[in-house]
Amino acid sequence: MLQQVEGSKAVAVAVAASRPQVICAYPISPQTHIVEELSRMVKSGELRGCEYVNMESEFAAMSGVIGASAVGARSYTATASQGLLYMVEAVYNASGMGLPIVMTVANRAIGAPINIWNDHGDAMSQRDSGWIQLYATSNQEAADMHVQAFKIAEELSVPVMVCMDGFVLTHATERVDVLEQDAVDAFLPPYSPRQLLDPDDPVSIGSMVGPEAFTEVRYLAHMRQLEALDVIPRVAAEFAAQFGRDSGGLLRSYRTDGAETIVIALGSVFGTLQDVIDAERADGVSVGLLGVTSFRPFPYEATHAAVQGARRVVVIERALAVGAGGIVAGDVRIALTGTEISQRTVIAGLGGRPITTTSLREMLGRAVRDELPALTFLDLDTGVVDRELRRLHPVDRFADVLPQT
Amino acid sequence: MSSTGVKFYQVGSFAVGNRLLDPELRSAQSEQGRANSLTSGHRACQGCGEALGARYVLDAAMRAAQGRMVTVNATGCLEVFSTPYPETSWRVAWLHSLFGNAPAVATGVAAGLRATGKDDVRVVAQGGDGATVDIGFACLSGMFERNDDVLYICYDNGGYMNTGVQRSGATPPAARTTTTQAVGDEPGNVFGQGKDVPRIAVAHEIPYVATATVADLRDLEAKVDKAMGMHGARYLHVLVPCPLGWGSASKDTVKIARLATESGHFPVFEAERGEVTSVRKIRHQVPVEEYLTLQGRYKHLFSPVRRDDVIDRLQAMADRNIARYGLVEEVL
Ligand SMILES: Cc1ncc(C[n+]2csc(CCOP(=O)(O)OP(=O)(O)O)c2C)c(N)n1
Ligand code: SF4
Ligand SMILES: [Mg+2]
Repeated sequence: MLQQVEGSKAVAVAVAASRPQVICAYPISPQTHIVEELSRMVKSGELRGCEYVNMESEFAAMSGVIGASAVGARSYTATASQGLLYMVEAVYNASGMGLPIVMTVANRAIGAPINIWNDHGDAMSQRDSGWIQLYATSNQEAADMHVQAFKIAEELSVPVMVCMDGFVLTHATERVDVLEQDAVDAFLPPYSPRQLLDPDDPVSIGSMVGPEAFTEVRYLAHMRQLEALDVIPRVAAEFAAQFGRDSGGLLRSYRTDGAETIVIALGSVFGTLQDVIDAERADGVSVGLLGVTSFRPFPYEATHAAVQGARRVVVIERALAVGAGGIVAGDVRIALTGTEISQRTVIAGLGGRPITTTSLREMLGRAVRDELPALTFLDLDTGVVDRELRRLHPVDRFADVLPQT
Repeated sequence: MSSTGVKFYQVGSFAVGNRLLDPELRSAQSEQGRANSLTSGHRACQGCGEALGARYVLDAAMRAAQGRMVTVNATGCLEVFSTPYPETSWRVAWLHSLFGNAPAVATGVAAGLRATGKDDVRVVAQGGDGATVDIGFACLSGMFERNDDVLYICYDNGGYMNTGVQRSGATPPAARTTTTQAVGDEPGNVFGQGKDVPRIAVAHEIPYVATATVADLRDLEAKVDKAMGMHGARYLHVLVPCPLGWGSASKDTVKIARLATESGHFPVFEAERGEVTSVRKIRHQVPVEEYLTLQGRYKHLFSPVRRDDVIDRLQAMADRNIARYGLVEEVL
């Protein structure tokens, strides 16, 4: 049913329609509206068969869903930023034990300096945690991907993080086809756990594993993620067949056919970039767009195939690996192995800075003229950083590496 | 030091499975069909109080739950010595997640069981003193405050034994650990309040809080039984001597635990909903020194020079427990 709703509400409704049995959560902006709505639904009786537990921290929230999942309950939590970092030890533990938990990450920057606004620094920090990470481009996709996430997680026995841009999506009100119970029931079968804490068939879960088998455990986790490269697009196809729209999957291509320059990005900036691509195409510039939906597992082969024929790619990242540069860029570089395609990285939108069409078009203009440095910070206030660098280094040995944006 | 009045106790009342008792009053351990929850073959040190305590606790809990039980375990000796992959000593459904989250995992387990219609399955969580009073304390307090349906057992051996005997918030004053060594002006652990988690648990006004030791295993079983007869958050704090960390003889584990209570060093009591409801009176009161001398971790109090100043402070702490809980029967 089409409704004008806030992104958080659309996600809460999708989660509720997925019939979670345990929700453990702790509040942090911009995740709050999602869990507030779910707690209301449980308390009012709208969402039946579900326990909502107000935990004392994110660490406890993740620990709670670990316990719930281990006894065979479909389990969900949501967090962002500092909250995600606060639960990290348990995040790794959940994937290590192969518990199919679904978690929304309402992407937000990590402090210091404390900042409540959007970027991908939080989820990216969990890149190697063993969770599947899917990034939503819109509120419709965010809602749809939660239903898919439960299916993917439970089929593979791997936890899934659905990442949606904080505020930009969570707090944006737009038209969404809000998922209905019957349709979700037809799509998502009840959870049947692979392993279970059961007094009738007692097992020990979470044993200590030494050098004799640790590599094998890790290898198997890796193989399950690689299996996800088949499962994620299949589930997206099933979803499209039933609901009649494309949501999720591994990658999303937009006007990449014959494009000389392909922009690669994650999350909600995809929408802005579509407008940019249209404008550039209208001006006769040969550009296309590739959205990465599945960041983990990273679809190397599909990316390689999707950029074939291009001369250059520009990776736009909402996170920074300090001292290195791009994070997604590293994966793209692997995907480009064996091609002549040149690659540029643009760090944009950190801590909620708007990524504007004007700046993107200006940046793209330089990219197609091959004037873009290997690493660019979009809309960097060079006056400020210049002054600070000079203040910190009176001997001007950094002068020639100052960004030339 | 106050003295104890003469009392007659049935000899052998400490004994397990006392044949003089009616069958329904006998120890869970004496039953042939006991769960054997922590079975033999694990790698605990000889004389490990924690292994002894856990076996009694879980078998009693399994009896009370009629086998319908799930156990959550924090990281620590108990977890490490029992589950070196691919072996396990647990014959109960058992989950280990992390060092600091056992109470929260147990909360989730309880919620999951309710949500999946297995309301009859009971939840027991357990961890060492480090897992309980230090790193998992926020999770424990949260579990108490929400009154989640979990029985939590703390096996208190007064230190981080699994990592090599470091100080925890439950290490007693003056005790030597590898991070409070017997050097300097104040050798061993510092004096202070310590973290008295049983009393903090009482302050949460949860349905049941009790302390126990491995010296009185019938009492331990009875408390587990009582706790399992209730719902909501319940806490049991068990003193479990550790031969390795305490520098004591393996054969002395039970004796040392008994001296801990008989000296007043470790008060044994029960509380319900914020009120102390019973205390285990001292039977033959002994000076704290008798408790200390069997343990290498207090050796520096006796040689090369005797530290009466420190011993007196430890005695004063025991006397305070005796006064606070009324551990010594008034002589009429
Ligand atoms: C987050 C974290 N910090 C530290 C450790 C290391 N560690 C494992 S067990 C342990 C000590 C356990 O002490 P306690 O809970 O008292 O149990 P005991 O071994 O004494 O029975 C420590 C410090 C860990 N596993 N995880
Ligand atoms: S170190 Fe102490 S607690 Fe650990 S197994 Fe040995 S005796 Fe038991
Ligand atoms: Mg300990």
